[in-house]
Amino acid sequence: MLGSLDLSFFSWDLLAPFVIKGFIFSIWLTVVATVGGIVFGTILALMRLSGVKLLEIPSAAYVNTMRSIPLVMVLLWFFLLIPFAIGRPIGAEMSAVITFIAFEAAYFSEIVRAGIQSIPRGQVNAGYALGMTYGQNMKLIILPQAFRNMLPVFLTQTIILFQDTSLVYAIGAYDMLKGFETAGKNLGRPIEAYLLAAVLYFFMCLALSKVVRAVQNRVQIIR
Amino acid sequence: MAWNWQVFCRETTSGETVVGCFGRGGDETYLNWIVTAWGWTLFVALCALVVALVSGLIIGTIRTLPNSPWLVRLGNAWVELFRNIPLLVQIFLWYFVIPGIFPAMKGVPSVVLVIMALGLFTSARVAEQVRAGIQSLPRGQRYAGMALGLTTGQTYRFVLLPMALRIVIPPLTSESMNIVKNSSVAFAVSIAELTFFARQSGEETSAPVEMYLAATVLYAISAFAINRVMGVIEKRTRVPGFVAAGGMGGH
Repeated sequence: MLGSLDLSFFSWDLLAPFVIKGFIFSIWLTVVATVGGIVFGTILALMRLSGVKLLEIPSAAYVNTMRSIPLVMVLLWFFLLIPFAIGRPIGAEMSAVITFIAFEAAYFSEIVRAGIQSIPRGQVNAGYALGMTYGQNMKLIILPQAFRNMLPVFLTQTIILFQDTSLVYAIGAYDMLKGFETAGKNLGRPIEAYLLAAVLYFFMCLALSKVVRAVQNRVQIIR
Repeated sequence: MAWNWQVFCRETTSGETVVGCFGRGGDETYLNWIVTAWGWTLFVALCALVVALVSGLIIGTIRTLPNSPWLVRLGNAWVELFRNIPLLVQIFLWYFVIPGIFPAMKGVPSVVLVIMALGLFTSARVAEQVRAGIQSLPRGQRYAGMALGLTTGQTYRFVLLPMALRIVIPPLTSESMNIVKNSSVAFAVSIAELTFFARQSGEETSAPVEMYLAATVLYAISAFAINRVMGVIEKRTRVPGFVAAGGMGGH
């Protein structure tokens, strides 16, 4: 039954040339999209909570649109539209980065919004009572606490993001999965290659979720 | 940019515009194709939803059982396994690896394999929510069941699950909407659903914006329809006196 599997065929020396480039891209995409997503997501969340209709409505519309479209479709859209907007093709990898930042910003903004709203109203009022401006209040009182509360959710979202990076398959970018796929094709062992990719994704995500649990316990003790 | 909605009336093989937009006599237009593709999206999503709900409910319940540490461990392992591998990779596992290892699976239609992949992937999330729902019930409910002399099975059937399942409907609604969106990944193994349609027809017609737009709108409509259906279910099954999910007011 299992006779058809031949994992001995794979050695690091054979795999590395195919996989390393994709591996680095997957990690890089995850980090850049997380950082960019949190920055733009925070801006979106602040816009949405600002109470100014002119900022609120576009932000809400953006977030809701992004959240109602499958990531694969968003990837295809940006892959098509970015060259239009910029006037020159930028390649699948670059367009994947832009898409992920834009897409994840919508999800991170909802996390930030929930985090900000979880801060007791009294703290906000206390800030104002001390004579702080809106900006000072956000920067010194609300956001530091909100971000600490949100840390576990941020990390969970990053794990999901890392898993989602495999979807750049749709526009043909060269990520970790693509690396394994190419290796499998070139070495004549596609099944084993997919299996190895799955095992690698599994252990990386499992390790990350253990980190999340540890962080969660830390944060809980502090509060 | 000028819109060219006429493109949907073109035949997929000859590229000629057909009067009435729906192809007749064996030849299909892009409008025919997108309707079929939407059907595949809904079919894959709904079948996977059934798989996800059934297996997620079982696994989630198993994870809360008292005095069965091995079943709990099995449930936890299930969740970790299906949660920590990307959906696309899981689809490849079902599509390439499993038929490669078990030759008996070679005859299974690929859409079934995709449904299993998407369904079990989502089952981990459903299981997590069902577990959380059961554990969020006041401890007294389980004790009440035991005090009445119910067996564990009866306690679950008559006391815990009817309460817990109603509580988890809101998170299950988002999972159900996610499953429609996630079904888009089936394009990777050539299931002719909306994303597959959008990619193919976008290339064939050189009118990708119209094609993507139509597919995107259909995704949004599908997810919204599921949202409304779940909303009705939520309303119908609401427990009197129990306000909303999370707000545990049961005394």
